[in-house]
Amino acid sequence: MPAEPPVLEPQFATAEQQRSASVLGMWVFLATEVLLFGGIITAFLATRVFYPHEFERAAGRLNVLIGGINTVVLLASGLGMALAVHAAQKGQRWATLTWLGLTALLGLGFLGLKGYEYFADWRDGLVPRTDGFDPGDVTPGRLTLFMLFYFVLTGLHAVHLSVGLGLVSWLAVRVMRGELPRAGATVAEVVGLYWHFVDVVWIILLPVLYLSGHHEAADLHF
Amino acid sequence: MSTDLEVFPPLRPAPPSEPQAAPPLPGAAVAPSYLTEPHGWASWLFTTDHKRIAILYMVTVTLFFFVGGAAATVIRLNLIAPQGSLVSAELYNKLFTAHGIVMVWFFLIPVIPTVLGNFVLPMMIGAKDLAFPRLNLLSWYVFTAGAVITLTAVLFGGVDSGWTFYPPFSTRSSYTYVVPAAVGIIVTGFSTIMTGLNFVITVHTLRAPGMTWGRLPIFVWSNYATSLIMLLATPVLAAVLALIAVERLAGIGIFDPSLGGDPILFQHLFWFYSHPAVYIMILPGMGVVTELVTCFSRKTLFGYKFVAAASICIAGFGFLVWGHHMFVAGQSLLASIAFSALSYLVAIPSAIKVFNWTATMFRGSIAFEAPMLYAVGFILLFTIGGMSGLFLAALAVDQHVHDTYFIIAHFHFIMVGGMVSAYFGGLHYWWPKMTGRLYSRPWSRLAALLIFAGFFLTFLPQFVLGYLGMPRRYHHYPPEFQVLNVLSSAGASILAVGYVLPFFYLFHSLRWGKPAGPNPWQATGLEWQTASPPPKHNFEQTPVITRGPYEYATGGTDHAR
Ligand SMILES: [Cu+2]
Repeated sequence: MPAEPPVLEPQFATAEQQRSASVLGMWVFLATEVLLFGGIITAFLATRVFYPHEFERAAGRLNVLIGGINTVVLLASGLGMALAVHAAQKGQRWATLTWLGLTALLGLGFLGLKGYEYFADWRDGLVPRTDGFDPGDVTPGRLTLFMLFYFVLTGLHAVHLSVGLGLVSWLAVRVMRGELPRAGATVAEVVGLYWHFVDVVWIILLPVLYLSGHHEAADLHF
Repeated sequence: MSTDLEVFPPLRPAPPSEPQAAPPLPGAAVAPSYLTEPHGWASWLFTTDHKRIAILYMVTVTLFFFVGGAAATVIRLNLIAPQGSLVSAELYNKLFTAHGIVMVWFFLIPVIPTVLGNFVLPMMIGAKDLAFPRLNLLSWYVFTAGAVITLTAVLFGGVDSGWTFYPPFSTRSSYTYVVPAAVGIIVTGFSTIMTGLNFVITVHTLRAPGMTWGRLPIFVWSNYATSLIMLLATPVLAAVLALIAVERLAGIGIFDPSLGGDPILFQHLFWFYSHPAVYIMILPGMGVVTELVTCFSRKTLFGYKFVAAASICIAGFGFLVWGHHMFVAGQSLLASIAFSALSYLVAIPSAIKVFNWTATMFRGSIAFEAPMLYAVGFILLFTIGGMSGLFLAALAVDQHVHDTYFIIAHFHFIMVGGMVSAYFGGLHYWWPKMTGRLYSRPWSRLAALLIFAGFFLTFLPQFVLGYLGMPRRYHHYPPEFQVLNVLSSAGASILAVGYVLPFFYLFHSLRWGKPAGPNPWQATGLEWQTASPPPKHNFEQTPVITRGPYEYATGGTDHAR
C-alpha cells in the first residue's frame, strides 16, 4: 500500500492526538444534538400528558406501515455504515466505497418513503390545521397540536438525515482521493457516529409518535 | 509522548533583565508577532489564529456593548421623571428589550470566552492553537451574521416582548419583529456551541507535556465549565425559540393557552437554558478574577482544588434550579420548594470561591494596579449580588419582590458588577500581552474607581425601589419613587464615563504606550513566558510544565528571586 502523506495540522503534535480530537469532537457535538431533540420531545411528551386522548387518536392515524418499513431501511443503512467504517479502518478502499454507497442508497430510500408519507398525510388531511381531519368527539385544536409536533420532529430528523447524506458523499470523495487508512478512517469514524445518532433518533421517534396510538390492520396500506 | 519530556528544556521564568529589554519591534524578533505577520485585511478576515480571532471578537462585542449601553442610557434618562421624560411607552418597551437581548446574547455570553478565552486559553495550556481553528473562525462569522439579523430586527423594527419572549404575548399580542429576532439568536447559538466545543476538545487533547488537570489555571477550569453549559443548554434555547417562531407563523398554540397550549411549558424550557446561561455569564469572570487575585497578591491560590471543583459544581447545579424563575407563575408548591432548596445549594460553591479569593489576598503583598481594582470590585459586587439572590430563592420573599427593581438590581450586581468588571479587569491584565504595550497607570486606575462608584450609585437605589414595590419594565412610575430613580440615573452617568475612558487610554497606548516586555506583571502563567505580542504559534518551542499555575510564594518567579 502506498504511504499516505501525513496531513497533520500544525496545532497537533501527533496523528493520534488529531484523531482523538476529531472523534471526541463528534461525541460532544452529539451531546448537544441530544439536548436539541430532547427539548422538543419533552415539550411533545408534556403536551401528550395534558391531552392523552387526543394524542392517542391522532397517533393512530399516522401511517405505521411506512413508518415501520422506514425503520427497517434506516437500521439497514446503519449496518452499511458500520461495515464501511470497519473497511475504512482496514484500509480497504473499494469495500469502503461499496458499503458507503449502500448506506447512502438506503438513506435516500428513507427520505423517498418519508416524502411519500408526507404526501399521503397531506392527501388524507393529516396536517396541522383545525379543518384538517375529522375530529370525532375530541377537541380539534389538540389534534392539530399533535400534527404540528409530528411535522416538527420528523422534519428535523429528515434535515439531519440529509446532512448525513452530504457527509457520506464528502467521505466517499476523500476515500476516492486515497486518504485511507489514516485521515480517511478518522473521517469515517466521525461520520459513522453521526449517522448512528440519526438512526437512534428515529428509534425514539417511532414509538413516541407512531406506536403510541391504536392502529387497525385495515389501516396498513400506502 | 513521554520521550518528548526529556527533549524540551524545562520551562523557566525569564531572567530578570529580560522583561524591560527589547521592545518587540516589527522584524527585530526571531519570530514575527501575530499582529504584524501576515499583513493586510484579508489575512485578518481569513485568519485561523486564535489570537487574531480574539481581536475580531473584541471589535464586534465592544460595538455591541456600546449599542446595549446606548439603550440603557435612554432608559435611565427616561426614568428621571415619573411620567417618563423622553420616549413613548411603546418605544420604551422596545428599548428595554433591545438592551436585554443585545447585552445578554451579544455581549455578556460571548465576551470573556471569545475574547480573553480565545486569546489566552491555548497559551495557558501550552498549545499552538485551539483544536479546530477553522471552526473558531466560522464561529465569528456565524456570530456576526446572527447579530446582524437580530440587531436589524430590534433596532430598525423593534421587538417589545422583553428578552424573555414570554408567550402568549410574544406569539399573539406583540405586533413586532419577534421572529427575525429569534432567528438571529438561534444562529448566534450555533457560534456559542462552536466555541464551547472547541474549548472542551482543546482542554482534553492539546495540553502541553506536563500540563496535568491539576496544573490547569483556574481561568481554564472556568472556561471549561462554561463550555459544558454552552454545549448542553444552548440547543434547548434553539428548540424553544424555534417553537415560538413556529407558533407565531402557523397560529398553532404550543404555548398559547387559548389555543390549547401551555405557557408554563415555555417558561420551563426557556429557563432550562437561561438559568444555566447566567453561569455562562459569570463563571468566566470568576476565572479571570482568580488569575488577578493571585498575581497581584503575589500568593499561591488558597484551596486550588476546591476552586476548580466549585466551577464544575456551579455548572452542574446550574441545570437544576431553573424553577426559581417561576415561583409565582403557577408551578406546583412542591416543585417550588424543591427549586428553592436547590437554588440555596448553588450558594455553596459560589461562597467557596469568594472565601478562597479572600484567603488568597490575606497577608499577600497586594498591588492595586488597575486589574486588581477590578478584581476587588468584582468580589464585593458579586457577593452583594449573590446574597440578594438568596433572598430571591426564598419563596416568601420572592412573592414580595418578584418582577420588581429588586430583581433588576440583583442580576445587574452579578452581570455588570461581576462579569463586566471581570472583563475589564482581564482586558487590562492581558492588554500588554495582546498588544505589547503598557497603558496609562493613573487613568486606568481612575476609570476602575469611577466604574465602581458609578455602579454603586446606579444599582443600590434599585434594591430599595424594588423593595418598596416599583415593578420592572414600566415606562412611568408614582412620583414618590423619583428621588431614588434620579440617584440611579446620576450613577449611570458616572458609570458611562468610566466605561468610555478605557476606550481612549487603551487606544492611546497602542501608539504611545511603553513596550510591555514579555511579563510586565511578573506573573507565573504560561502565557507570560513568551513574547508580547506573541508569535503566530505562541511559543518558540513547546513548553514542558513542571509546576502548578500560581507558584508566586515559592520562588517560582524572577520577581520573588
Ligand atoms: Cu435563575
